[in-house]
This record gives sequence, structure tokens and C-alpha cells, in this order.
Amino acid sequence: MALDLTWVIGGPQGGGVESAANIFAGACAGCGLKIFGKREYYSNIKGEHSYFGVRVSDKEIRSNVIGITMLAAFDAETLFRHVDDVHDDGAIVYESDLEQVKTDEIPTLDKPFKERLEKHLSSKNKPLTIQGALEVAKERGVTLYPISFKTILSTLAEEMNNPTIRGMFRMLNVLSVSVSIGLLGLPPDTLLRSVEKIFSSKPKIAEMNKHAANYAYNYATAKYQKFKYHLSPIQSNSDVILVQGFQSTGLGKLAAGCRFQSYYPITPASDESVFLESNETFDVENNRPGSTIIVQTEDEISAIGMLIGAALTGARAATSTSGPGFSLMAEALGWAGINEVPIVVTLYQRSGPSTGLPTRHGQDDLLFAIYAGHGDFPRIVYASGDIEEGFYDAAECFNFAETFQMPVIHMMDKFIASTVATVKRFDPTKITIERGKLLEKINDDNYKRFTPSEDGISPRSKLGLENGIFWNTGDESDEQGHISEDPVNRMYKMDKRAKKIEVALETIPKEDQVVNHGISDFCLVSWGSTKGPILDAIEMLKKDNYNVGFVQVKLLHPFPQDYVKSLLKDVKTIIDVEANYSAQLGTLLNENLDRKVDYYILKYTGRAMTCTELYESIKKIIDGKAEKRQVLSYGV
Amino acid sequence: MASNLSDYKTEVHNDWCPGCGDFGIVSAIQMALAELAIPRHKAAIFSGVGCSGKTSHYVNVYGVHTLHGRVMTFAQGAKLANPEMTIVAAGGDGDGLGIGAGHFVAAGRRNVDMTYIIFNNGVYGLTKGQASPTLKLGLKTKSLPEPNVNQSVNPIALAIASGFTFVARGYAYDVRQLKDLIVAAIKHRGLSFLDVLQPCPTYNDINTRDWFAGMDNLDEITKKPRPRIYKLEDTGYDPVVHIDSPEEENEKLTQALIKSNEWDSKIPTGIFYKNEMIAPYDERIGDRIPNYLENPPAYQEISSNGKSITDISKILDSLQI
Ligand SMILES: Cc1ncc(C[n+]2csc(CCOP(=O)(O)OP(=O)(O)O)c2C)c(N)n1
Ligand code: SF4
Ligand SMILES: [Mg+2]
Repeated sequence: MALDLTWVIGGPQGGGVESAANIFAGACAGCGLKIFGKREYYSNIKGEHSYFGVRVSDKEIRSNVIGITMLAAFDAETLFRHVDDVHDDGAIVYESDLEQVKTDEIPTLDKPFKERLEKHLSSKNKPLTIQGALEVAKERGVTLYPISFKTILSTLAEEMNNPTIRGMFRMLNVLSVSVSIGLLGLPPDTLLRSVEKIFSSKPKIAEMNKHAANYAYNYATAKYQKFKYHLSPIQSNSDVILVQGFQSTGLGKLAAGCRFQSYYPITPASDESVFLESNETFDVENNRPGSTIIVQTEDEISAIGMLIGAALTGARAATSTSGPGFSLMAEALGWAGINEVPIVVTLYQRSGPSTGLPTRHGQDDLLFAIYAGHGDFPRIVYASGDIEEGFYDAAECFNFAETFQMPVIHMMDKFIASTVATVKRFDPTKITIERGKLLEKINDDNYKRFTPSEDGISPRSKLGLENGIFWNTGDESDEQGHISEDPVNRMYKMDKRAKKIEVALETIPKEDQVVNHGISDFCLVSWGSTKGPILDAIEMLKKDNYNVGFVQVKLLHPFPQDYVKSLLKDVKTIIDVEANYSAQLGTLLNENLDRKVDYYILKYTGRAMTCTELYESIKKIIDGKAEKRQVLSYGV
Repeated sequence: MASNLSDYKTEVHNDWCPGCGDFGIVSAIQMALAELAIPRHKAAIFSGVGCSGKTSHYVNVYGVHTLHGRVMTFAQGAKLANPEMTIVAAGGDGDGLGIGAGHFVAAGRRNVDMTYIIFNNGVYGLTKGQASPTLKLGLKTKSLPEPNVNQSVNPIALAIASGFTFVARGYAYDVRQLKDLIVAAIKHRGLSFLDVLQPCPTYNDINTRDWFAGMDNLDEITKKPRPRIYKLEDTGYDPVVHIDSPEEENEKLTQALIKSNEWDSKIPTGIFYKNEMIAPYDERIGDRIPNYLENPPAYQEISSNGKSITDISKILDSLQI
């Protein structure tokens, strides 16, 4: 049987949950296994509950599932929050000191959750304590591994002759990962290698943690037998990287030649800019030095203003932001539109409106991206479906921007940004660089920036180019770029800009506009990060002999109406899947097709879809037992 | 070697009101570029939105007429990407000190090597004369229904507090002095700020040419007007921070702030403060990216035969399992 399990670690924000999860993921990936991990956290720096779920498998996986195979917890809140999510045949590794902790003693348990929890415990006649919660789990069949991590810390402190270790609660993370790895039966050397890699910049800390990891691993394997679901190393392709979503777009930008990025800090977008800044110098062909400038601006208005200024010099330039920041950019987006400036805005969506759920997932901004800014102007809105697409698409977006001389909004989201997964090593040789009608030399002095051309795209000069002087203005302008309110000129300029949208739709290869994952009577239509859960759900359905198609729309604007129509023409039931409330792609489909979407599967809890709930929901639809609008809600 | 002044003029019809101070400013910009003989394609005028915003269309170099309040953001982005360009940003007092005030302060902190000129007319010209942030409290210019209820901001003091390293004031009708100030501002290594007193004959009927000339303020004995405007350099004022010491800096900052507070009867023009001891932004980048100035974003090769030439293999290696 295929191996597929989910390990979850939780703890207070700032307590090292993330490095623990990275150690776990690294150890598993080091054994050739596939990883799909996702971090959930509050908008908080220290103290609130955060957790990291890592799904491990020996086959390709692209999403999370419902339920936990093994939960690792060294704080009470993690236990209270996740205990019910552990499968009946799952396991819990936990700090045994916690058993007497009462629900009342945890200030970070929010009221609605606490009430639900207490009601549940009372209904089972259990005390309102960790012990009560664990008893419920045990009665369901869950295996408990009580471990006194604090005692282990004390022992380690003595062994290493370093009393400060006793107070190093961050080390609890490493201990619980190591115990888990031991119980799951992976060899210790991959664990130690992974620990070493995570702490590679701090050799002393690495040594200490390796020692602790080794101790905890041996402790667990001496005391307990392997857990019934365990992992073993497999042979696998060596060309695999363990990468997060924000790194993939960052790398795509570098490879594409992005040499300027301005940004204002915002979750979940700024990780990308910080990553780029940490890699601001690099080599280009023949060992020449290359570099990119990352500017932290005073706000997002400045971020897009600087970006436009940089793009006018001919440099490839971008910004990264999320909904609130993108709202501030709307006016300047129109300026770039009317002046035909190639800019790339990477929009990492999260749940709105307003500040919304600042650290949670959502695909809330599709229609906003399409319509942001006043006045009619062309733009491209392009959505990536997963980490790997993020890399190649980030590069492609610059080609779109320069070829069609318009703003490009690259849609990403929190789910992709904070997912860590094993993917095939990115191949920069697959990236092409198309600079469109950018001029490198102009010989005579009659250059006009907005000179007429059949495809609406004029040769583009850049600041600093001899004979290339032009003017730009947010006002309507003539061919040179000087203000003009002439009605005939106005029609020329509007038609010219609009023409480029038609040209874009004709020029962008169809397979880049829409990915046809298979057509069937029941067909899912979706965009962005739902791709992973959908593909996994389709595989699950196949095992039940349900055949389901999937059309992934990547080019959302201009909308590839004819192509989507032709793909869906024989489809009996169209099911729109997206992580927002109002079915924003559904709105576009209903506008662009000669028929209406039949079913909607939506989720707006701020948590990404799991393939499991999607699978169940699709099955219900096929079995004719579903309402038109299915709303998913799984996740802590 | 100066270039031909006419080279820096465009043929675009100028639609400012007759007598507007903006004419003097645009002439001074053209004269300064000609005097410095900056090749036309190596200069760019960025402008905000307002009457003043049209400036970029009248100067025959690259011209970028941006958004209301945002001129400094566009201009800094361009300068950082192509540091070879001579960049002058120009905009109204509403543009730079009202809607764009945040960018003004942030720009001071960066000290990008460029020049920012504010056309200070006390009103929002293009929207028909509402009070701008520099209009004094209690004044009622002719298109205001009621006297101004806000205190005015002091642009010179704000520039100094924000970190601009060259701070000066000119007068739109003294084109010769203004040209000299623009030349000095462009030559300055770092961010230079010019507050230009710009009469708006259409909407500001208080701070007029006659008012600046002191026509309402006659000497009791000679009955001659006592001009409000005077030149700091005529008083032996030394704006320059000569040595890199906190004492020297404090002295020069303090005297500039005190001078910036003079208004009603005596209004100083000229350079208030100049400090080249503070590293401009390009040097700060250069500390991290050693060849930044030779190989800035605008001049980097990014492809060969349509293929990427950026080597990301080291980063990929670090992510390799
Ligand atoms: C976001 C935005 N809000 C308002 C306006 C309208 N508007 C145009 S010019 C202007 C004020 C101009 O005043 P100032 O900056 O002092 O320039 P002046 O006309 O006096 O030279 C305003 C408010 C605009 N263009 N954009
Ligand atoms: S309104 Fe005032 S500032 Fe505007 S052009 Fe007329 S005189 Fe000049
Ligand atoms: Mg004004």
C-alpha cells in the first residue's frame, strides 16, 4: 500500500515550530520521500498558537488531507486544538507534564473554540483537562506517547555540562521531531543531516541540537516500538529541491532578469522581497557579477511609483504585495496602463476585506485585480497554480509585460507562499526572455513613443537612450506623450491600447492560457492554488471509478473566452472551485460562457482546501446529493 | 561648456496664466541644464500634478508627468535604476507637502542624488485656488470662502528635519539667482531641495509680486518699498557643513532652522544648509553591491539569444535535498 501520512507539530508562535517542521520535512525528503507542508499562524509575533502540517508520501502529493497521523505537542494548546483531528488509528507524542492542565489555564484559547471544546468534553463526561481530551482520543483508538521532554532537557544539560540547556524551550521542538522520526522508523543519519542544515549558519547551535536530536531519537527507539504507520527511505530522483512558494517566484524573478524590486512589508508577500534581498548579488554568464536592488519603501504607493520609474529606464522591475497594499496601488496601475509601462505586480492574496485574516489564505482578489484602477486600460492578470508554476510564471509575466507593454498582475496567494514542498529542481534554461519592442539604439531624431502600429504596440525607448526622448503623462497624450484632449487623438490612443489586449490573447500560447488536465462529463473549472487539492482529489475519485475533468484557467484577463468555451462544450456539469465567498471565477464563467456554472465548491475559512474535503464534495455532486453551493470548512 | 539654451525648450504650447511665477522656474531649469551642458537624453524632469506638473512638457529632455503627490517615488525609482541620469523632480506645494508629504519625509532619509523643486504658491492652482499646506493661518486668498484654518508647514524646516542634505530657497521672479541655485542643487552630491516662492497671480492675491517687493511696506522716511526678499549670501551666512563633527552639524542645522522661520517682513533666499558628509543612497547601495554604479539595473544584460543568463544554481543548490 502506498505510504501517505500527515505529521503535525504545533506550539506558540516564535517557539521554533517552523524550524522543527523544516527539520522533519528535510529528514523525510532526505530519504527520497515527497513532502507537502503548510504553515498556519495568527497575526501575532509571540505566543499565539501556530502549527505546521507536513504530509509525507512515496508518491506525488500536492495538497493537505483531513486528519493527522501523528501529532507532536509540547504545549497544551496544541493538544486541545488538534487532538480531535488525529485519526482513530493515529498517534500523539506529547509532553507528559501537561496532563493536568485545564482549559481555563490557557489564555490564548479563544472563547468560541473554548466553548466548543468544553461542551464536547462534558458530553463525554470527561474533565476539562488535557487528560480528559487525551482519554477521548485513547477511547477512539489513538496511541499515546507521553514523554517528559523537560526531563530529557535536564538530562541533556547534565550530559553536556551546560545548565542553560534546561531552560532552552526552543529545543523542545528538536526533541519532539526527533522522537517522532524515531517512532516513524526513519534512520537517524537523515535526521542529523537535516538538523545540521537548518542550523548551518550557527555551527555551535547545530552541534548542540544534533546532540539533543540523537539523544531523543535513541530514547524513543529504546522505549517504544516503531509506530504501526512508519516510513522507510526510497530511491528517488536526485533532482529534487525542498522549496517554499515565495522562494519560487523570487527565483523566477531573478532568472527572468528582474533587477529592481520595491516593496512595503506585508504578509504574505514580503518574504519574497526579503529572500531576494538576501540574494541581491549573483553571477551572470561567464562569471560576471550581477545584482538586483530591493528597496523597502514608505508605503505601497511609493513601491509602485518607484517600480514604474525603474521600469522606464528599461530595467525589468517588479513589486510584491497583498490585498491592502494592492488597494493603494490602484491609481498608479492606471498610470502604467495609460503610459504603456511594463511592470509586474506579484499579488499574494490573503483573506480580506480590509485587514481581514492577515495571515490566512484566500483567493479573494481576482475581480479586484481585473478591475483595480479607474478608467479603461489594458492589463494582464495571470495566476499560478502551485510552487513550480510560480517559478516559470514569474519569469513569463515579465515577457508579457514587455511584449504587450502593460502592467501584469501575477496572482499568488498565502497557500502557495507558505507551502513547503519537494519539487523538481527548477530549470532556468527553460526560461525565455522576450523584451518585445524595447529599443537599444535609435539613429534619427524623429522618435515618437506612441507611434501608430498595427498591433497597437509601439517601439519603446528608455530613459537615457540617445534620440529616444519621450514624454509620459497621466493625462491623455499625443504620439510624443504630450497632453492632448483632442477627441480624434483620444480615440486613436484608446483603440491602440485596447488593441494590445486582443493581440495578447492571440499571441499567448493557448497552453499557457488554460491548462487542460482532462475533460469529462463532470468538469472542475478553477484557478490558482486550488490546483493541488483538485489534482489529488481527482486521483482519489479515480480509485472509486469516478472520472472528473479539470480545466485550470491561468490567464484570467483578458479572459480566453473562446478557448474555455470550446474546452467545455461537451461537458455536462461544470463545477467551479475556488477559495473565496462569491465565486469570482464563477462570475467570469457565467459572463463568458453561453451557460451557467452548475455547482460551486467554495471555501472562505482562511484555510486552504484539503483534497479530502474536495473529494467528498465532488462525490456528493456526482451522486446527485449536493446543493448547488458547497461550502467547505475543514481546518484549525 | 554651455549648450544652446533653445535645445532645452519644447514647442509645446504653454498654458499657464499670464504672469504666473511658473514661467520663471521653467526658464531657470532650462538655463541650468544648458549651463551644465547635460546631454538631453541624460536628463529627465519628473513632475507632479498641478499647474506646476506641466513643467516636464516644456523642457526638452525626458519628461515624466506622474501622479498627484507621487513625483518623488517615480523619480527615485528611475534614479536608482539608472544613476547616470540627472533627475529633477518638480511639483506643487500641495503635491509635495500635502498629499505627498510622506514621500517627502521618506526621500530625505534616503538622500538619493537628485533634485526636488517645489513650486510654492500657497494655493492649489489647478483646482482653482484652495489653500495649500504653505498658506499661513488666517489668510483669506481670493477664492477661499473663509480664512485658512490650518497652520502652515515650513518646507525648509521640514526638509532639514527629514534629512535633505541641500536645502535652499529661490524666488520665481529672480531667474538668475534661481538658475544658480538649480545648478548648485544638481551639482550637490545627495538629495537637494529647492523651495521656490512662486506667485500665483490668479488665486493668491496676498503673496504677490508686489508683496514680495514690499510695495505695501514703505520706508517711513524715504517712502521707498522695503523688499521682503533678501539673499542669505549677502549677509555672510555660511550654510556649509565643513567638517564631519556633531558640533559643526548642530550649528549649521540650528542656524538654518532659525532662518527658515523668518517670514512676514524679511524672507531669506539662497542656500540654507548644505552637508556632503552624509553618504548618498548610491554609496550605501555600493557598500553592499560593489559595482552598482558601473553596472546598475538599467544597464545589466539579462539575456543572450532570448535565454536567461542569470546563474541561480547556487541558490538552487542550497535548496537541494
Ligand atoms: C489623487 C488626486 N486627488 C486630487 C487631484 C486633483 N488635483 C489636481 S491638481 C491638485 C492640486 C494642485 O496643487 P499644487 O500641488 O499646489 O500645484 P499647483 O497647481 O499649485 O502648481 C489637485 C488636488 C488629483 N489629480 N489626484
Ligand atoms: S492658477 Fe496660478 S499657478 Fe496656476 S497657472 Fe495660473 S497663475 Fe500659475
Ligand atoms: Mg500650489
